[in-house]
Amino acid sequence: MEILIALWDALPLVVQIVLQIVAIMGPVLILVAYYTYAERKIIGHMQVRMGPNRVGFFGFRLMGLGQPIADAVKLMFKEIIIPSGANKFLFLSAPVLAIATALAAWAVFPFDAGLVLADINAGLLYILALTSLGVYGVIIAGWASNSKYALLGAMRSAAQIVAYEIAMGFALVGVLIASGSLDLGAIVEAQSGGLIHWFWLPLLPLFLIYFISGVAETNRAPFDVAEGESEIVAGFHVEYSGMTFAVFFMAEYANMILIAALTALMFLGGWLSPFQGTALESWFAWVPGIIWLLAKTFFFMFCFLWFRATFPRYRYDQIMRLGWKVFIPITIVWIVVVALMKVYEAPIWFS
Amino acid sequence: MEYNLTTLQPALPEIFLLSAACLILVIDLFLDKRTRLLTYGLSLAAILGTIAVAIGVSNSETQILFDGAYIRDPVADVVKIGLLVVTLFALIYAKDYLIQQDIYRGEYFTLVLFATLGMLVMASANSFLTVYLGLELLALSMYSLVPFKRDSEAGSEAGMKYFVLGALASGMLLYGISMLYGATGALSFTDVSAAINSGQADEALLVFGLVFIVIGVAFKFGAVPFHMWVPDVYHGAPTAVVLMLSSAPKIAAFALAIRLLVDGMSGLAAQWQDMLMILAVLSMGLGNLVAIAQTNIKRMFAYSTISHVGFIFLGLLAANDKGYAAALFYSVVYALTAVGGFGVLAMLSRHGFDAENIDDLKGLNDRSPWLAGMMMLILFSMAGVPPTVGFFAKLFVLEAVISVDMVWLAGVAVFFSIIGAYYYLRAVKVMYFDKPESDQPLIVSFDSQAAISVNGMAILLLGIFPAALFGVCQAAFG
Amino acid sequence: MSFEKFLFYVFAGILVWSAMMVITRKNPVHSVLFLVLAFFNSAGLWMLAEAEFLAIALVLVYVGAVMVLFLFVVMMLDINLAELRAGFVKSAPVAILVALLMGVQMVLVVGADRFGLSSMPAPEPKSADYSNTEELGLALFTQHLYAFEIAAVILLVGIIAAISLTMRRRPDNKYQDPGKQVVVKAKDRLRIVKMEAESTQ
Repeated sequence: MEILIALWDALPLVVQIVLQIVAIMGPVLILVAYYTYAERKIIGHMQVRMGPNRVGFFGFRLMGLGQPIADAVKLMFKEIIIPSGANKFLFLSAPVLAIATALAAWAVFPFDAGLVLADINAGLLYILALTSLGVYGVIIAGWASNSKYALLGAMRSAAQIVAYEIAMGFALVGVLIASGSLDLGAIVEAQSGGLIHWFWLPLLPLFLIYFISGVAETNRAPFDVAEGESEIVAGFHVEYSGMTFAVFFMAEYANMILIAALTALMFLGGWLSPFQGTALESWFAWVPGIIWLLAKTFFFMFCFLWFRATFPRYRYDQIMRLGWKVFIPITIVWIVVVALMKVYEAPIWFS
Repeated sequence: MEYNLTTLQPALPEIFLLSAACLILVIDLFLDKRTRLLTYGLSLAAILGTIAVAIGVSNSETQILFDGAYIRDPVADVVKIGLLVVTLFALIYAKDYLIQQDIYRGEYFTLVLFATLGMLVMASANSFLTVYLGLELLALSMYSLVPFKRDSEAGSEAGMKYFVLGALASGMLLYGISMLYGATGALSFTDVSAAINSGQADEALLVFGLVFIVIGVAFKFGAVPFHMWVPDVYHGAPTAVVLMLSSAPKIAAFALAIRLLVDGMSGLAAQWQDMLMILAVLSMGLGNLVAIAQTNIKRMFAYSTISHVGFIFLGLLAANDKGYAAALFYSVVYALTAVGGFGVLAMLSRHGFDAENIDDLKGLNDRSPWLAGMMMLILFSMAGVPPTVGFFAKLFVLEAVISVDMVWLAGVAVFFSIIGAYYYLRAVKVMYFDKPESDQPLIVSFDSQAAISVNGMAILLLGIFPAALFGVCQAAFG
Repeated sequence: MSFEKFLFYVFAGILVWSAMMVITRKNPVHSVLFLVLAFFNSAGLWMLAEAEFLAIALVLVYVGAVMVLFLFVVMMLDINLAELRAGFVKSAPVAILVALLMGVQMVLVVGADRFGLSSMPAPEPKSADYSNTEELGLALFTQHLYAFEIAAVILLVGIIAAISLTMRRRPDNKYQDPGKQVVVKAKDRLRIVKMEAESTQ
């Protein structure tokens, strides 16, 4: 062990950082691949189907576990078609922009106490800034495709993203007031004390709005009007094929995972054990924090799929109304409530 | 500093007006066509209340608040009360016009109240930051009021022009402010003034910044050669908006100049004196000469405004207390006169007809002798004919200029005001000696009638007893 | 040259280049995208000056919100560039002359001898636990409280102005009000009637 640590310290700083990035990106990308598999499986079972169950490894079917790999290989070998009249540079950089922002946010994400790539004290702000950039991938893709459907899809989804981003930002302001810090690690520490101390309870409206807005931000069902098959085909990425399409696809799922993980971090106590402060605490002391974090994240990831299988799609004007006229006022009111609770040191949470 | 009602007391007028404006904004949402006049009544009440509070907090001392961002002194008191009274008149005249032209909306009143708040902020600004923010608050409200009649093409064009040029002027002002900040390292006028007087600051940098600040101020005043927006905006905007635009902001612009040039940069007086002199001569000359050629009375008033701005600058460039008092007196008097002039135009308009040509005044004496009499007083005051107050305003300014041995400048001013008298008297002639073009009866509501009577009488009475107001102005700078 | 200095020149170089591109590109969408790039690089410069809050706020507010709306509008506009450029050649000589004159004057006054490191020394670097977010908050709510409040009023006026200039209710327009639609209950729309079976005679 000591040899390993010495070896690590001997590495140049750049190599260390690259290795750290790989250590985060690798699992995230594998998670993205198997999230698509999980989606098909879970929705399949909800609809009393089997889902993918043929592709396996080395002749074993293994419930179709090889499916994501097969999909990836297929997409990689497909031709990338660039529409005539498209702006080639922007057309190709749009998917890169989409996935870059989805992955860069992980740089400040703490997986356990102190287990973070870049510990900056304005982490929350950084995440907010990066998630607000994701919309560029969508807009540029729609515009550079030189296609009516793509442009219309981009406009729809951009308007939707911008609308819900405000509610999301306000929800985070509530978290910021409650924890008194922009540092993600400190936000988790501020929730310590057990299940009822987590911010989901004092910030209940903000918690729900944050997660629902997250669903809308990622253009997922029931807010997936950006790809209305009957009206605008596949939305902003209608002209993309092969790997460029795959990158958009990955960006969408990476964003979903990010939203789920952030919700777990900011409202469900991140890596904190749910049994803190109860008699069971010592029984579960052996469980590493990252397991708790993953469990909470998986729950929200499951919710994304559950919504898709359950809810009918919203109409576009209803989406806009929900974002502007319902969510934003509620968040503003609750920010005031949280501020009052904080100032007057409300019992349990802020005393 | 500790914030409570006692320490914040000098800022009560602003606080009161802001609260009232927000309240009116919300109340207006719940009014329907029957009760919509409530917004008008509440706005008048808000202005009256603010006047009462402003009188209540006034005293002869100087109080500085908010870490040097806010100042309450006698100058601020006079400026605030003056511009609030003028705004009150403007609101009364505007109401009927708005209803007749089908543009009566609550936003007019809230925006006017916010513009007034911006002027109050400027009047008691004691730092570059505050003065700039007050100016922007006023300007932003005005930008959106100018195209208030949305179907009018001229209105939209005027609004766009006003916005673009106004933004440019703000940029100039900010650039100048940044230079002064760089040279003195301070934002509060007290500190800036001290830094300039100490002689430590870099002279070239200061003058460089000063040039941009003077350009910014001249833009907001509408002085030549930065006057391009004035005629088009006056022409294109609805009369109800011009009422507001042409009157109280002139008093606020005077406050802006006093705060920036006198409070902040009295050490550079020798430099800005020369700049103001050029602006004053050009404004008086071009304003009066071009006004002669106008057939549209709103444009004529616009050019006359430009020439009056030249006179206000005359008082300022004397750079002594007497000159400042004369300039303050002039701007209050001018605002009071201008609001009356546009008020009469508003009263002459009716549904589907906007009085804006000199010909629309024809035979006003036959249609309504009282209104014609008031308009005559207003035009005489603008021309500077005794015994109206406009005569004394010009007299005091000229006295101030002569007192600093600039007799030639006084001569130029007199020359141009004689030229200017021509077009005012032409309008009077049209009212009294021409036959009316329309025989439609003039219906003027009671509140407008009362307001214009008070307004006209004030112009006459202040002309007979000028010391009543001039004494206050002198005491403010005493 | 230290690494920081190198980064400064990289950011500054790209910033100036992209700012030039903003005003020279023919396609307004490209201009907007170059403006985004310019904002990013100025955020980088601020980061180097240890103003991390402002840097991130610049990206969040300008790039994340303002420029998105810009892009949104510009993409839907059909701007006729030939018309816009019609007066360009005619007024170019005067414009270039004035710009050059201004430029020379500004360089003379705002040169390195007045704003260089000798007259304005760099502040002491702060320690790692110094949070300028916190310091900004403190300054805003104490020293600059008055300016802060007025700025808030200006934003409010902006909202009122935007609404009063753009919102109009057209009485002849047919539109649905989702607010009313979502409060509809099943019994408002559907009435279940129990009927006796018709007797056979």
